[in-house]
Amino acid sequence: MDYVKLINCMRCGMCLPACPTYKETFLETASPRGRVALVRKVQEGELDQSEQLLEYLSLCLDCQACASACPCGVNAGELVAEFTCERKESRGLGFMEDLILRKLVPHPDRLETSMVPMRIYQKTGLQNLVRKLGILKMFPKQLERMEGLLPDLPDKPLRQEIQVITPAVGQERGTVGFFLGCVMSLIFSDASRATIKLLSSLGYKVITPKSQVCCGAPNMLGGDMAGLKEAAQTNIDIFASYDVDFIVTDCGGCGAELKKYGHHLDGYKSAEIFSGKVRDISQVLALHADQLRAKLKPLPLKVTYHDPCHIAHCQGIRKEPRDLLKLVPALEYRELEAADACCGSAGTYNIERPEMSDLILKRKLDTIQATGAKILVTSNPGCLLQLKKGLADHLPDVKIMHLTEILDLSMNGQS
Amino acid sequence: MQPSFIKELQNIVGEQYTLTDRESLAVYGYDSTPEIESLPGAVLLPGTAGEVVQIMRLCHGAGVTVTPRGSGTNLSGGSLSGGGVVVQTSRLNRLLEIDEENLTATMEPGLITSALHREVESRGLFYPPDPGSMNISTMGGNVAENSGGLRGLKYGVTADYVMGLEAVLADGQLLRSGGKVVKDVAGYSLNPLLVSSEGTLGFFTGITVKLIPKPQGKITMLAHFPVLQDAALAVSAIIAAKVIPATLEFLDKVTIKCVEDYAHVGLPLDVDAVLLIEVDGHPVVIAEEAAAVAEICKKHRCSFFQTAKDADEALKLAAARRTALSALARLKPTTILEDATVPRSCIAAMLKVIQDSARKHNVTIGTFGHAGDGNLHPTCLTDERDTDEIKRAHAAFEEIFDAAISMGGTITGEHGVGLAKKKYLPKLVGESGIRVMRGIKNAFDPKGILNPGKIF
Repeated sequence: MDYVKLINCMRCGMCLPACPTYKETFLETASPRGRVALVRKVQEGELDQSEQLLEYLSLCLDCQACASACPCGVNAGELVAEFTCERKESRGLGFMEDLILRKLVPHPDRLETSMVPMRIYQKTGLQNLVRKLGILKMFPKQLERMEGLLPDLPDKPLRQEIQVITPAVGQERGTVGFFLGCVMSLIFSDASRATIKLLSSLGYKVITPKSQVCCGAPNMLGGDMAGLKEAAQTNIDIFASYDVDFIVTDCGGCGAELKKYGHHLDGYKSAEIFSGKVRDISQVLALHADQLRAKLKPLPLKVTYHDPCHIAHCQGIRKEPRDLLKLVPALEYRELEAADACCGSAGTYNIERPEMSDLILKRKLDTIQATGAKILVTSNPGCLLQLKKGLADHLPDVKIMHLTEILDLSMNGQS
Repeated sequence: MQPSFIKELQNIVGEQYTLTDRESLAVYGYDSTPEIESLPGAVLLPGTAGEVVQIMRLCHGAGVTVTPRGSGTNLSGGSLSGGGVVVQTSRLNRLLEIDEENLTATMEPGLITSALHREVESRGLFYPPDPGSMNISTMGGNVAENSGGLRGLKYGVTADYVMGLEAVLADGQLLRSGGKVVKDVAGYSLNPLLVSSEGTLGFFTGITVKLIPKPQGKITMLAHFPVLQDAALAVSAIIAAKVIPATLEFLDKVTIKCVEDYAHVGLPLDVDAVLLIEVDGHPVVIAEEAAAVAEICKKHRCSFFQTAKDADEALKLAAARRTALSALARLKPTTILEDATVPRSCIAAMLKVIQDSARKHNVTIGTFGHAGDGNLHPTCLTDERDTDEIKRAHAAFEEIFDAAISMGGTITGEHGVGLAKKKYLPKLVGESGIRVMRGIKNAFDPKGILNPGKIF
């Protein structure tokens, strides 16, 4: 942990109004400034790493809205995440963490197999029965929440279906590597299919290596830096064996992590090259706005856009997704108030801190309702899961779509 | 703090709103002031004015001190406790009324300043004070410190808008002063005493402020000056030409670079200073004023003069200026900010003093501020671990304060004396000033319960 990064915080409080948990609690311990102070006081030996202290830090969503708000360049969210990761690392991986982070997540085939029972559970009608009978009430609350978040699963994960090479349509302008996010491939495969289709219709040959593994973000959360570095190394080697102009992802979380490989494997040239090629899908599509516009057909819909933290705060991308939506003829774009405020999903936060997550989600739903939009667009699987459930429960008229899904819809001329 | 006493506090505000764990106390031990911290004994978050009365009664009886705190953005150590109870106003944050017939707004002390702006502006009204921290600062804190802001030149400061106050005195008694009346000469004027009392005379529970009609239009301009002194002379010339801009802000080269690094609003990196100027009011009038401002800046050798093309660009420029203090912390970990203020005609002379002191003591000082008010913010960029440099920084500021006083200025224009400037106050107000202030404190709070150790 870099001490200078901690003392750079001059406690001006500019981060306070940006922080979702401070807005809910008005507690200094639940603020970015407070969290940096707590970590600093541990480093200085003034405070112990007490359970209470870790409990306070664990309220952080790591949405990094504080980093966007901080004029002096302190990233409180990242500092807390690093501190927590280091602490978990020094304790060593527990049985469950080892099982999930080492035996499951780095192996896409095992991860996919693990989802099979869930698919059977849905397809056989067992899910309806379980929900009707309220059986989940008998299990820990977290399980019920997890089950509630799960949308209808596709028949097959995208990784199993997609060809390694999707040729460009018409004149080939270049080659991109496509990074399949675990959740995108397992749950939102339709969106990723649309992503690949958009890229190929704009003249890109799309290579989707099947041996790629999870980006490693879960390892960071679980305190497994070694696992993260291993995942990074694997992905760097795999994509290096193809000659690609960009490495494209349609998952905000993966994009943010992939762009940090160069930082994680400091001094390792190919990691730097890899990270330098990573683009969010919106960045690539925005390069070809004119060509894309010519392909789009009218969609007379009222649409708003929610900025995923991992795209707006971690990658600084705000303009491109909005510009792309505005390309669609007849689409009425309505800006969302506090569009870049977290939706409360934040990895597994909505399962681990359900009460805070629900408060944050409610704020988001209120702003969505105020726009009068009937379609909510976003581009990160965590947000998609959280908001899909939130909308279904509270605003059933509003549908949620990934950015590439709505563009694909417009390209197909369906409404 | 005794467990039995804590229990009594919990009985008043509830266990959930009584913080005594080490971690909470640690993070309520600071505000935005560099170099000073002070651990409180407990932190309370009352939800009603009635609870504040009970807290004051209990603490008064037990001889425990009470320090009011808003969002902790104080820049003079005013919200640090000295070991007593810190009472945070965040739950007392309701806007109680906007009275469009009397043009007033009444609120609780924890209301965020910019939330008040939003509400009144949606009704075509205007509350001008806009301190740099307005997106998180509270109205209670603004009143206690008599906060200024970017629009002070034309519209004045918080004190110019406070009409009525309800305050809980140290012994728990309620004091009401002023109200919605425009004229009131009944007895001593207590409002001006309570405004800028820095939490030492009473705990505000209700605030009534004056509103004015929202200006119909505004024009935002930016002038680049290759030579620092030219910018300062242009400021005096604009005022001498009988143009009173709402905002007349100055940023020097160091500040420009830091702000641009963060905000990316297109500030020039190759000039010594910029002036950010905003005129507001009737569209015909402001067009004339903007032309006059442009003329004066050109006469004072500005190399480039830019008018914001739309409201969005104007907002971005003003927002960027608000980040100046924090953005300066990009260069060094510790920033020591001062707000010495001089008569506005002395701004060029003051800038020279700041530059000379920085050179003499070999420290880096970035300067920005409300040039039109004569209120500059020389900010020393340093590192708290470098004790020698910190010493030199304080020596430089001592000179700057002396110069400000000798020009007929003051040691603090808007941040308050608090703990940070205590030792300079006698120089400014003299023995008689301190004696009278002590007498006032004694009349309000003879036991010294409210915000101990501040001001003198």
